[in-house]
Amino acid sequence: MKLRIKFSKHGVLKFIGHLDVMRYFQKAIRRAGIDIAYSTGFSPHQIMSFAAPLGVGLESNGEYMDIEVHSLTSSQQLIDALNAQMVEGIRVLEAKLLPEDAGNAMASVYAARYAIRFREGCAPAFLNRATIADFYSQPEIIVTKKTKRSETTFDMKPHIFECALSQDEQTVLLTVDASSSGNIKPALVMHAYYEKNGGVLDEFALLITREDTYMNAGDETTPKLEPLGFIGSDYE
Amino acid sequence: MRNLALSDEILLQVEKPARYIGNEVNSVIKDSSAVDVRFAMCFPDVYEIGMSHLGIQIIYDMLNQFEDTWCERVYSPWPDLDSIMRKEGIPLFALESQDPVRDFDFLGITIQYELCYTNILQVLDLSGIPFLATERTWAHPIVIGGGPCTYNPEPIADFFDMFYIGEGETQYRPLLDLYKECRRQGLSRTAFLEQAAKLPGIYVPQLYETAYHEDGTIASFAPKLAGIPATITKELVTDLSRTYYPLKPVVPFIKCTQDRVVLEIQRGCIRGCRFCQAGQLYRPVRERDAQMLKETALQMLDNTGHEEISLSSLSSSDYSQLEELVSFLIDSCRERKVNISLPSLRIDAFSLEVMEKVQDIKKSSLTFAPEAGSQRLRDVINKGLTEEVILKGAALAFRGGWNRVKLYFMLGLPTETEEDIRGIAELANKIAAVYYEVLPREQRNGRVQIVASTSFFIPKPFTPFQWAPQCTREAFIEKAYMTKRAVSEQLNQKSIKYNWHEADASVMEGVLARGDRRLCKPILAAYQKGCIFDAWGEYYKHDVWMETFAECGVDIAFYTTRERGLDEIFPWDFLDCGVSKAFLKKEWQNALDGKVTPNCRVQCNACGAAQFGCGVCTEPHTQTEDDTL
Ligand code: SF4
Ligand code: SF4
Repeated sequence: MKLRIKFSKHGVLKFIGHLDVMRYFQKAIRRAGIDIAYSTGFSPHQIMSFAAPLGVGLESNGEYMDIEVHSLTSSQQLIDALNAQMVEGIRVLEAKLLPEDAGNAMASVYAARYAIRFREGCAPAFLNRATIADFYSQPEIIVTKKTKRSETTFDMKPHIFECALSQDEQTVLLTVDASSSGNIKPALVMHAYYEKNGGVLDEFALLITREDTYMNAGDETTPKLEPLGFIGSDYE
Repeated sequence: MRNLALSDEILLQVEKPARYIGNEVNSVIKDSSAVDVRFAMCFPDVYEIGMSHLGIQIIYDMLNQFEDTWCERVYSPWPDLDSIMRKEGIPLFALESQDPVRDFDFLGITIQYELCYTNILQVLDLSGIPFLATERTWAHPIVIGGGPCTYNPEPIADFFDMFYIGEGETQYRPLLDLYKECRRQGLSRTAFLEQAAKLPGIYVPQLYETAYHEDGTIASFAPKLAGIPATITKELVTDLSRTYYPLKPVVPFIKCTQDRVVLEIQRGCIRGCRFCQAGQLYRPVRERDAQMLKETALQMLDNTGHEEISLSSLSSSDYSQLEELVSFLIDSCRERKVNISLPSLRIDAFSLEVMEKVQDIKKSSLTFAPEAGSQRLRDVINKGLTEEVILKGAALAFRGGWNRVKLYFMLGLPTETEEDIRGIAELANKIAAVYYEVLPREQRNGRVQIVASTSFFIPKPFTPFQWAPQCTREAFIEKAYMTKRAVSEQLNQKSIKYNWHEADASVMEGVLARGDRRLCKPILAAYQKGCIFDAWGEYYKHDVWMETFAECGVDIAFYTTRERGLDEIFPWDFLDCGVSKAFLKKEWQNALDGKVTPNCRVQCNACGAAQFGCGVCTEPHTQTEDDTL
């Protein structure tokens, strides 16, 4: 049986990289005594997959991982058992039982929503609702992606699903493609926004929180974003 | 939310910020205002190395069991952070509270290898603690050193307020009580040090003085004050089954050298290999009870969630309840899907059976440590492993499906000749030949792979070879080339790979290993010229060290290649590790005569460690002959 677990990551945990968070959960699952399934072979591994890696320095309210278990207690019990093993900065929020035919977490990722705030005194002078709207209403947003060998340009616009400013005008809300093929880093969008307004972004100015990670519950032409836990259900 | 000593800006700039944030599972947080003693325990190397050290975990756990004490951890900031801290004037901090080390009552430093001496100075420097103990006041922590290098603490004597000689479990409580009492009475720091010097195992270097002969050797070494002991005997735990052991060790976020539960099954070693310092320092061998180990293993697995467990000790095959313990672990670990990482075991039917159960044969290899290439030289070093035993073991393993062999040797051992060196290549060749002999072509699993590695022998204090001259760097390199040539002349040379360690650091290590107090200045000078992380090849600055030695008038040959006289007073002679100098002298003579000395289970050789009245010294001698090589 497959479970989809949602967790948040804050505070000093933002300095722990993706692979180390996986290792952390493997050990936490053992300490919590969860009846997880293992691969076979000389060094059995827990059957576990993470949705979308979160970069070092980012916080999150919506991380997901799938695990396979042999027996079920209840969503709440599993959440409590894991939370009893968590360190400060990381909390388990949901545990949903997935239908048999659910795709794995990583392959299901379609988009992610980010809340981008600015460090003390780092918000650009041009930050307001009008410049954000101007930026997002461009027919195309061309950026250059540099790799070791080449530079390619591409249009980011179709991969941005939302770009807005919060009520208090302090936070940029951004929903972008997070699929393995088209993943957009929020900082890349911010670079383009700065450039359009004649500024230069120092990424350190940004405080980024991933608010949630989404799957596409619609189809290719009319996507419908739903949190990754949407296809699962609480269990008793 | 926890406050960190470093800003986000710094943490996002440095490599592996997780080294500096604490917050790991099982790390201990206390209320600093509710404890009397704040203890910073430091391993002067990078986090991933320091976190893997069992000794620190034991002391950390023990000190935190004391209600009046909060023990926290400190590691060396990696050079990237080091330069930021210097530039911005950020003081070194402990991981748990993130408070500056300078404000602690004690700074404990474990000293595991000579190449970390400059890192000790880095820790003092970044903490804002004066390098010299005599310049410290109550505004600074008491700096206390422990670990194997304290068996010759003299080259770093000036930097420490005190050294703790021996195993940490026994004297910390009395030491902390004395500290609290002295502070309560408002005594001076010096008065406290003088009283501490009277506790068993505690050495306060500034209370002793050395006089030298004209030739540079020591004329005398004695306490400056009446009532301060002239000899300091090491501390040890007599019953290892009833003492502290960390049931909830800290679980790091990032991958460390030891990312597993470590079960120490015994301390000490019954074998007296004459080059081996650990074999002498930790005498007598004391085992932990298998029942205690089983219970401990399960609790540690439950409390950490580690997916691997390893056994730790010297010469693990000599642990008398090994079969019982290992079969228990195999059963309970299979159930829990925990891997067992085996220590290197003597190759026989039992160990092969165990290895087959816990490792993938295709990926694992056999390990032999003959240490010397010829039987003659193995007798000199008292390494009982014979060629016959190695070839038999290899044949058995090849039939069982193994085809990789690792061999460990030392170059530069006393009395070594070209023939002994050729013996390394010849032994490797014979092992390869056995493979082709015992396995018909169709049963072979590819070519046999033999990796022979050599390290350079550096004479260490408290070994029978403490009198021996060390080779020069040029001689070491010549010997390595000789080995390489000999390997290339073997019939099966295509199956043999030869590796050797760098010779550069061996000179410096040799100077420090048998050095005296006069080296404190050059070590400090080398640090001030930028030497740090000497144990890391990419940071080791050979030229700077050699230049500093020359500038400070250090005669390298005096410390390394000189043959020491039998009556010479050594800088470490005032310490008693249990083994007497008379015994070591006799063993040095036996070595030169090529005479083998039986192990402690066959026969007691009256080394002196029986004074502790525990372990193997109090057991009947059960083995009639050394059939367990
Ligand atoms: S077997 Fe020899 S080399 Fe190994 S620990 Fe014992 S004395 Fe040292
Ligand atoms: S006193 Fe005898 S039995 Fe005890 S450690 Fe020494 S040699 Fe071994």
